[in-house]
Amino acid sequence: MTNASHNDVHKDDLHVSLRGATKVFRRADDGSEVHALGPVDLDLKRGEFFAVVGPSGCGKSTLLEVLAGLSTVTAGTVTFEGKPISGEVPDGVGVVFQEDACFPWMTVADNIAFGLRQAGAAEGEIRARVEGALALMGLNAFAASYPAQLSGGMRQRVCIARTLVLQPRLILLDEPFGALDQQTRLLMGEELLRLWRETGATIFLITHALDEAAMLADRIGVMSARPGRLLEIVETGWPETRDSTIVEKPEFGHVTARLWQWLRAESMKSVGRMDRP
Amino acid sequence: MSTARLNLIGPLVLGVVLIVAWQMTYWAIGDIALRSPWQTLRFSAELLARPSFWPHLVETGKAFAAALAIAALLGLAIGLLLGLGKLAGDVFEPMLIALYSIPKVTLYPILLLSFGLGVSAKIAFGALHGFIPVALFTINAVRNIKPIYFKASRVMKLSRWATISKIVFPAAMPEIFTGFRIGFSLTMIGTVLGEMFASQRGLGYLLMNAIGLHNVDIIMAITLMLVVFAAIVSSALLAIDRRLHKRF
Repeated sequence: MTNASHNDVHKDDLHVSLRGATKVFRRADDGSEVHALGPVDLDLKRGEFFAVVGPSGCGKSTLLEVLAGLSTVTAGTVTFEGKPISGEVPDGVGVVFQEDACFPWMTVADNIAFGLRQAGAAEGEIRARVEGALALMGLNAFAASYPAQLSGGMRQRVCIARTLVLQPRLILLDEPFGALDQQTRLLMGEELLRLWRETGATIFLITHALDEAAMLADRIGVMSARPGRLLEIVETGWPETRDSTIVEKPEFGHVTARLWQWLRAESMKSVGRMDRP
Repeated sequence: MSTARLNLIGPLVLGVVLIVAWQMTYWAIGDIALRSPWQTLRFSAELLARPSFWPHLVETGKAFAAALAIAALLGLAIGLLLGLGKLAGDVFEPMLIALYSIPKVTLYPILLLSFGLGVSAKIAFGALHGFIPVALFTINAVRNIKPIYFKASRVMKLSRWATISKIVFPAAMPEIFTGFRIGFSLTMIGTVLGEMFASQRGLGYLLMNAIGLHNVDIIMAITLMLVVFAAIVSSALLAIDRRLHKRF
């Protein structure tokens, strides 16, 4: 699971780069244009933990889809490891969605092995890697269970394991804990930090929870109401070995307060728009 | 009480109630139109012991098996095609529903002229009944697949064929199976019906012949065999159906 340790010499490498990334949709019903995203300029360093917060409907998910290659920009460029991303998921990129994406017709172990099997990995290699992922996510006892037998938090662990097993160098998470209760969220956040340290992957996390972003990330991008642009990037300055106890520190309060300062006005804009008939 | 025992008690009670009702109807109506359960059972055994009866049973069995296979495969293919292609689905689904609601007997002359007076006309008539529910259920099953599965498929870089075989098909399987279960019953109706109108062999033919000769014994025995077969297979299919749905 360690293809690039977090402390290796490439740490300051440019891993992901967006330049003037813009997305304009055309509505299917009346043909009007919707400016969903951008222009966004952003550089992610290899091995960094980056979080994005923003008012609902601001284009956070669009930004993630663009990075995942699930959606293309209408202007600007997006590169991953120096190569442009367009219309296809690049090798080395894994995505975890908010929705439960576990396949209910497969056992937990088969769910995790699925991507490797499809990629044509050898059976011995698959077994070893699946066992590693099961252990990493604390799912050993549930290898033979079906997703319907698990809680929402456990199912999300399966989805994360399914992504990790492919050893991605960039992990994109779209509100992965959004459907979980607060305690489970905190614990899953800690696990995410541990995985990040153990795998050395670059993490791009979208969340609507300011405390989650403040607790987990190295840097936090604050997005504006639609069209989503990056208003500010807040650096947390946390040490690499951190966990949820960081919320007790006064600096944690300062970070969330700064995020809220930026977000308050934007959220009001976005709420105002929703209130309009 | 365990659920396994509950599952057995229901059908058992139903069976007893049906047999009692049958016996009482027999007492009320009499020999002119009915036989008692016991008489029917005895005559069925007698019929099954006659060598001349078996070719008819085999003929119907073969025609039904072929019709069911065609109904399942055709229904599945049409369902996947129309379920995945939005435009094709919007155009052809109403036509399928229309076909579903008309009595298929109206199409029988056309089938007979196309396939001739043989086993192929029966098969075609059976399949015509059975493929529509399979197709309709498959269309809906495919349309209702959670979009997140398709996203996951793209993230894992599955080919179009792998997406259909590894994700669309298993995700839609429980609903497709429900369609197959209904298709089974309708295919059986269609096959026997096809034999009743223009055929020289098979259970449907025997039944029609017996009606002409007013042979109540044969009518009752064949009806019993068809009902028992349908009931057993349908219950088995229903049990599988429930198991498939449980994981979703």
